[in-house]
Amino acid sequence: MKRPFKTRIKTLKIDGIDVGAREDETILELAQENGIFIPTLCHLEGVHDVGSCRLCLVEVKGSNKLFPSCMTYAEEGMEVITNSERLQTYRRQVLDLLFSERNHVCAVCVSNGNCELQWMAGKLGITHVGVPYLYPQLAVDASHPYYAHDPNRCILCTRCVRVCDEIEGAHTWDVMGRGVDCQIISDLNEPWGLAESCTRCGKCVQVCPTGALFTKGKAVAEMKKRHEFLPYLRSMREGRNE
Amino acid sequence: MFNKLEEIALEERGKAEQYTHTINVCTAAGCASSQSDAVKEALENEVRNHGVEKWCRVRGTGCMGLCAAGPLVAVEPEKPDEVLYQYVKVEDAGDIVASLEDKPVERLRCSTDIPFFTRQKKIALENSGYIDPESIEEYIARDGYSALMKAITEMAPSDVIDEIVASGLRGRGGGGYPTGLKWTTVAKSDGDTKYIICNADEGDPGAFMDRSVLESDPHRVLEGMAIAGYAVGASQGYVYVRGEYPLAVARLKTAIRQARRANMLGSGIGGTLFNFHIDIRLGAGAFVCGEETALIASIEGKRGQPRPRPPYPAEFGLWGKPTLINNVETLSSIAPIIRNGGDWYAQIGTATSKGTKVFALAGSINNTGLIEVPMGTTINDIIYEIGGGVSGGGQCKAIQTGGPSGGCIPADYFDTPVDYESLAKLGSIMGSGGMIVMDESSSMVDVARFFMEFCMTESCGRCVPCRVGTVHMYNILDKFSHHEATPRDLVLLEKLCDMVRNTSLCGLGQTAPNPVLSTLRYFRNEYVEHMVTETNGSGPVTKQMEVAQ
Repeated sequence: MKRPFKTRIKTLKIDGIDVGAREDETILELAQENGIFIPTLCHLEGVHDVGSCRLCLVEVKGSNKLFPSCMTYAEEGMEVITNSERLQTYRRQVLDLLFSERNHVCAVCVSNGNCELQWMAGKLGITHVGVPYLYPQLAVDASHPYYAHDPNRCILCTRCVRVCDEIEGAHTWDVMGRGVDCQIISDLNEPWGLAESCTRCGKCVQVCPTGALFTKGKAVAEMKKRHEFLPYLRSMREGRNE
Repeated sequence: MFNKLEEIALEERGKAEQYTHTINVCTAAGCASSQSDAVKEALENEVRNHGVEKWCRVRGTGCMGLCAAGPLVAVEPEKPDEVLYQYVKVEDAGDIVASLEDKPVERLRCSTDIPFFTRQKKIALENSGYIDPESIEEYIARDGYSALMKAITEMAPSDVIDEIVASGLRGRGGGGYPTGLKWTTVAKSDGDTKYIICNADEGDPGAFMDRSVLESDPHRVLEGMAIAGYAVGASQGYVYVRGEYPLAVARLKTAIRQARRANMLGSGIGGTLFNFHIDIRLGAGAFVCGEETALIASIEGKRGQPRPRPPYPAEFGLWGKPTLINNVETLSSIAPIIRNGGDWYAQIGTATSKGTKVFALAGSINNTGLIEVPMGTTINDIIYEIGGGVSGGGQCKAIQTGGPSGGCIPADYFDTPVDYESLAKLGSIMGSGGMIVMDESSSMVDVARFFMEFCMTESCGRCVPCRVGTVHMYNILDKFSHHEATPRDLVLLEKLCDMVRNTSLCGLGQTAPNPVLSTLRYFRNEYVEHMVTETNGSGPVTKQMEVAQ
């Protein structure tokens, strides 16, 4: 016999707190709703998640695996732990790897003081980087009239790729290459200034968590990002029942 | 329709009876690379020169297994008198043809009584080497497509799944997920549109099982896919083959065309209402596309990158539809199971791992090639009996199974039966079936470094641990192999292994540390020996500082 109803509302526990959830809500959303902090870098409200930064991993009781909270949906009876010693170690290691991957020199960065990576490092208590730096040689692209792209500060979170594709609809950005050689490219790896699909809207610049994308003319520590436009745009487009 | 199949089979068998002798030449990749094409041509010429074409024919067939001794040529009058020739050259063609009515050419002869042939049990490879892979008639003559006809005319889809569940077949691509369970979940998923995908993106270094099946017996894979389609309710299938296998792609294309013409694929298969279409999609050389979610992204035309699971493809797969993904070898075991029943298959193998498994023997072993053995055969039997021992007569130090996701098993554990659980207990995995044999001269640090380099260059770059972690691990292993590592490096290496394994997004990253972890487990002393050496006047001294055990 067919079940006459479908359960849409679930109850679960996050860090011991009882939480009520819709089935389409993620653990991350529920945690934020209940004032529980889960670190994230690639997550950006308003575009789809990719689960790539691995900072938001959480433990679920009964499973040995770790789950990316941005892409794990509420389930009945779930018991989630968002901040164990094991998770803290892994999160610090993720930041270690990010800092070692490219040339993140805060002292000369336009986003110094306003950088999500820098802030996260402080928040998670990073005092030093435990792995050797890789020091790649990457060229800055300043061909665009308004903005510039410095891949040395890029953490490959692909927020710019997603916002350009899903919100602006231009899909100027994408990823090229494999593994540690991955690079964010505009159009078919042309200089940003020559990328015909770019509408110069600047959404990518505003959502970039670091100083990898910035407005020209900003000096050290002057680049403040404005994220507010995205929830606004989204609510305007989708109506208030969102 | 049954009659039509039988007609083709009868006709084909009748044709075969005209000939008292058939000379089979292996034309699969292994022998083809040692010019078996030229040998085949020479044999054809000689048959004509000797004027024996009335009763003797020359055929190109699939892999005969013993790739080390290629090109292989088999002369079959009747089965017990079959003569196998090894290392055949173009010049030998005359002698072989001249000897047909006389005694075989002893200098080329390869005994078929050796354990390599007698200890094997062929199910997935039953037709390999016996049929022309480019002829559907020969496949039908050996009961081809009878399982598909049996399924769609005599069985309900749920009966087909029941047989697969009863067989105990588990995924041959690596994980060992129960095939019957996978089929059940896809069958139960909502939706009218479902897809079948055959994962032929075989990328492990040293593995060539799937390639050989596709090159030797492509119809068997198509038949397995069509049966799967009937069982779960799909009418479209895709074969995702790596572009590096041009011969396999060509033979698959031929096979699909022939099957369509014979009404074994397409609309209204065999006069029933069942439709099933198969298309080929080519991979562009990314190892990660063997991971199912990356494979789906690649078929969809996107960048081949995995996504977190769940949702599993069984519910949310290709274009968001329920999708069944099975490996080539899994699909090629389907037809025999339907033909002979699940219980027949379940008799073979061990309690938890049923049936047979194809292994690609490579490395320092005498009988390099392809073998199919029942699950539960011990590693000793595989290497020393079937494999003929270590080449050069030395001792075997370890074997590596499961490619870059697997691990090394040292000689002390060679009495272990090969099944999914036993290998996992030893810190390795069954994987797709690559088995690389290493002798005493192999450095385990170099082995780990080789596989880490592979994972590093094949990482897609999406998640941080795999993208950056593999680079650091590779750099540390490189230091070890140059005797520049310090005890601190060893500690860091182990930390990174733990982190990458537990936090990576997909299977590639999660298993990338396995070769390191398993060599550390069994050959830790080699890592210690590879640490910084200092000269204290009399020669190099290994600095064996307090290394965390």
